[in-house]
Amino acid sequence: MAQRISPRHVDPTRRQQAVAAWVLAVPFMALFLVFTAGPVLASLGMSFTDIRSTDMQTPFAVGFTGLENYTRLLSDPLFQKVSLNTGVYVVLGVPLTMALALAAAVGLNRITRLRGLFRVGYYLPVVTSIVAVAVVWKFLLRAEGGLVNTVLSSVGINGPAWLDSTTLALPSLVVMAAWRNLGTLMVIFLAGLQTIPVEMKEAAEVDGATSWQRFRFITVPMLRPTLLFGAVITGIGYLQFFEEAFVMTKGGPLDATRSATYFVYDQFGFGNYGYAAAASYLLFLAVVVLTLVQFRLLREKD
Amino acid sequence: MADEAKPPTRRSTPIWLYLVLGAGLFLMVVPFLWMAISSIKPEAEVRAVPPTWWPETITMDNYVSLFTRLDFPTYFFNSIVVALAVTVGNVIFGAMLGYALAKLVFPGKRVVFGLVLGTLMVPGVVTFVPLFVLTTNLGLTNTLPGMFLPFLAAPFGVFLMRQFIMGLPDELIQAARIDGAGELRIFFSVILPLCGPALATLGILTFLGSWNNFLWPLVVAQTEDKFTLPVALALYAVGQNATQYGLLLAGAVVVVIPVIAVFLALQRYIMQGIAMTGIK
Repeated sequence: MAQRISPRHVDPTRRQQAVAAWVLAVPFMALFLVFTAGPVLASLGMSFTDIRSTDMQTPFAVGFTGLENYTRLLSDPLFQKVSLNTGVYVVLGVPLTMALALAAAVGLNRITRLRGLFRVGYYLPVVTSIVAVAVVWKFLLRAEGGLVNTVLSSVGINGPAWLDSTTLALPSLVVMAAWRNLGTLMVIFLAGLQTIPVEMKEAAEVDGATSWQRFRFITVPMLRPTLLFGAVITGIGYLQFFEEAFVMTKGGPLDATRSATYFVYDQFGFGNYGYAAAASYLLFLAVVVLTLVQFRLLREKD
Repeated sequence: MADEAKPPTRRSTPIWLYLVLGAGLFLMVVPFLWMAISSIKPEAEVRAVPPTWWPETITMDNYVSLFTRLDFPTYFFNSIVVALAVTVGNVIFGAMLGYALAKLVFPGKRVVFGLVLGTLMVPGVVTFVPLFVLTTNLGLTNTLPGMFLPFLAAPFGVFLMRQFIMGLPDELIQAARIDGAGELRIFFSVILPLCGPALATLGILTFLGSWNNFLWPLVVAQTEDKFTLPVALALYAVGQNATQYGLLLAGAVVVVIPVIAVFLALQRYIMQGIAMTGIK
């Protein structure tokens, strides 16, 4: 007579697999829950309270204030200012970085010799510390004796004090950031370009398409998902703009370069933990919205 | 006659393209060259208006000051310890969970996957305030473990290892099972040895990321003996040494040169990693 077997005994290797999988998963998951997932939720929780640095020992005994931090943020002139600045970082930085990266990728894709050398050179700033690079650029952009203004004066242009100007400081930081970040996108775009069949371009060329037309009507549409992906990861990066402003301008002049992340860091420094957490969640929201917009745009194509 | 047989696009690359790309390359590296050249000028020459192109006097004074006036060996040591710990943690734990998610069937798999991948895009600024409260209550502020513990298990490593291991054939695992190997043994002696390139990519990217990490060490390190290189450099650059350009540029050289050396030696793995995941 057949024994009654419960389903879980049917396949002993399944059970061994499950045990092994959890043994492998536990170290990561323990650290992950404590140091990543936990704080993500705790940050949301803190954003609804008036927790300050003095409440450090008793984080669960603080007052619940509902949405007050958020309503205060939205009417805080400084938060409005840093949100606008962050938006400008994204709106200026993403197109500039993408255009430079695409130009470099298309150029590298057309050459046969020295491609490796150019790729390494263009990617080089990406691996270096933003802090170190910002120190160097602060030196390059000095009003008197800076390399940029020295070169400009040799062609008769009297260069301004880039980082001391409320109108020029932010664009200067954007140019520096584009210089540092274009390598990542270039490598991604180059990989995308290499998936476009050569036959398509050849056919278009036989049909008399100019190189601009080939770029506009073959390369760009074929590269669309890659370009969108690039725009989103770059946008997410610029939403978190911080180190460049910290080192080069300290957020000034007159908060002209202060970013949302900088604001969170400042509020944290003042001990306003609940307020800082709420601001960080609004930034998180912007990241989520940007990501969702990408998925939406990608799906429209299909 | 022979010319007509040539395919239409096999023309030689125009020389102007090399000139444009070369000019671009120059703009990419010139800040580093200017950094290195200026760092071996005496302070007065560093500030000269107009600047000298090549140093009139070559000096190592700025580098000596990094050791005598500042404590760069300590910052260097701290940066190395934190980056190594973070790298080892992410490589080991990322490979373990990456394998489980790629090849094993287990209850809770979808939840684990969703949870880990769901935080891939969370900005660091979102977690640092509660992390600071946690670190303080654990007594870990102003310690090196306080700097690396929160970064030992990052979603990026799991994602990368899962992608790579999914590409390995299932037959390898089935054959090992038939040979009677235990599940953990399969991971350690069959799968892991095949993961060399992915582990190298993950290791290098993690090391570079940690070496350049700024916000968290800035928050956790409170006394100079716990500064990492970027923290020390940034605080000197905005503090009372803000105008000591020679010193700061020498510091930037010390931060940047090891990374550039690692990159040039191992750039193959870095490029692979970007192509594999699309994320730096």
